[in-house]
Amino acid sequence: MATTEPIDLVKSRIEELDPADAREELSSGDAVLVDTREQHEWDEAHLEGATLVRPAEVEERIGDVVPDRSRRAILYCRVGNRSARAADLMESELGYEDVASIAGGIEAWQGAGLPVVAPEGMTREQRMRYSRHTLLPEFGVEGQLKLLNAKVLLVGAGGLGSPAALYLAAAGIGTLGLVDDDEVDASNLQRQVIHTTDRVGMPKTESARISIEALNPDVEVVQHRTRLDADNILEIIGDYDVLVDGADNFPTRYLLNDASVRLRKPVVSASILAFDGQLSTFVPYEGPCYRCLYPTPPPPELAPSCGAAGVLGVMAGVMGLLQANEVIKLAAGIGEPLIGRLLLYDSLATRFTELKVKRDPDCPVCGDHVPEIPESELGKFPDYEAFCAGAAVG
Amino acid sequence: MPTVKIPPVLRAHTGGDAEVAGSGDTVGDVLRALAAAHPGTAQQLFSADGDLNRYVNVYLNDEDVRVLQGLETPVADADTVVILPAMAGGAY
Repeated sequence: MATTEPIDLVKSRIEELDPADAREELSSGDAVLVDTREQHEWDEAHLEGATLVRPAEVEERIGDVVPDRSRRAILYCRVGNRSARAADLMESELGYEDVASIAGGIEAWQGAGLPVVAPEGMTREQRMRYSRHTLLPEFGVEGQLKLLNAKVLLVGAGGLGSPAALYLAAAGIGTLGLVDDDEVDASNLQRQVIHTTDRVGMPKTESARISIEALNPDVEVVQHRTRLDADNILEIIGDYDVLVDGADNFPTRYLLNDASVRLRKPVVSASILAFDGQLSTFVPYEGPCYRCLYPTPPPPELAPSCGAAGVLGVMAGVMGLLQANEVIKLAAGIGEPLIGRLLLYDSLATRFTELKVKRDPDCPVCGDHVPEIPESELGKFPDYEAFCAGAAVG
Repeated sequence: MPTVKIPPVLRAHTGGDAEVAGSGDTVGDVLRALAAAHPGTAQQLFSADGDLNRYVNVYLNDEDVRVLQGLETPVADADTVVILPAMAGGAY
């Protein structure tokens, strides 16, 4: 096929139809309508009654779609060039007798105010923006709509939260909540890529909001400029579908676990230190909770902070994006979440290790013998600072 | 000989090694041998009465020894014993 031939020459050999004429002919029902674009373009919008035959597949597949070579066929693409070449190929080499191409393609068609079939619930801009998602058969428009309706809370807008927030925003998570009471510090920028040098000193949630909105205006950012504590946690997490734990301390991790079990909300949990990372997805009562994995926190000498021990900046990206991946699977309802499994990443060795984690029947939070908590006690939590400090002594 | 994986927080006591060769027929023997060879790890692994500290998770290959036979779990030469403390770092 002479695809390098000037398009004007090609068009001079074939019949071109105005969109309005094409529509009139199609409404009489005799012609076969063929879309000669790529799958992701089709997914954004196409003409009713059309069949997709990708440009590279015309020679191979057109016989299946239009078996009768004498039958009238109308082709279209985005602006009318690929369909003109396909029409030319069909007539000059494949023996078709009556092929036309819609001049100006689907763009001219829509420009003339004629109707197209487009996925419901998404705007034209959204269909373009998320076309590489909707192209995935496992995902489709349905999966994207689930993301657009999902509410995800990031606990911590720091090392793990930064990459997670950026990719979740890009993916079109409808509402992103950010819990952080800290301000951007110059020492954060080595790994907290949602913040920028000129925003040092700005509250992290505000800095993150600026980046997220610049990336994707679809996302509603909710700032919780506070630390999670027993008094505010149920109110804050209550609105969200998925919680992302990127906290930097044990009291917050245990509090978030206990509250999420009470409200039955999934938590995608990761932690990083030095060159190592851990990841697991805790779905209450479907799998273990954080306490089934770690019944008691370690003493401080066994649990230094990144501020004390250091952390490779890339580790935040690797583990934060693995968290984002888990969130997207949970929100879209696809794949196999990391439930009952703990993933370890050793970046120096570049080695992933997976360990099994079982529900602990004696778990004090989600175990078999835990009495149901009455409504009046739902917001009451133990003193986690004391719990974690006690472990340090013990 | 079984392999013992050392978490970052204990590597200061193993000369920086992330893996050491273990010895012993049970998980308890392997950990006690580790503590004898690298005394700095002893206090982190065991409580005063010789039990494994609750905040240290130990896996034989990919199974938590708590769901096996604890410190009595038999260890074969090809096995890996993973010592895993919780980490909190997320960095606000």
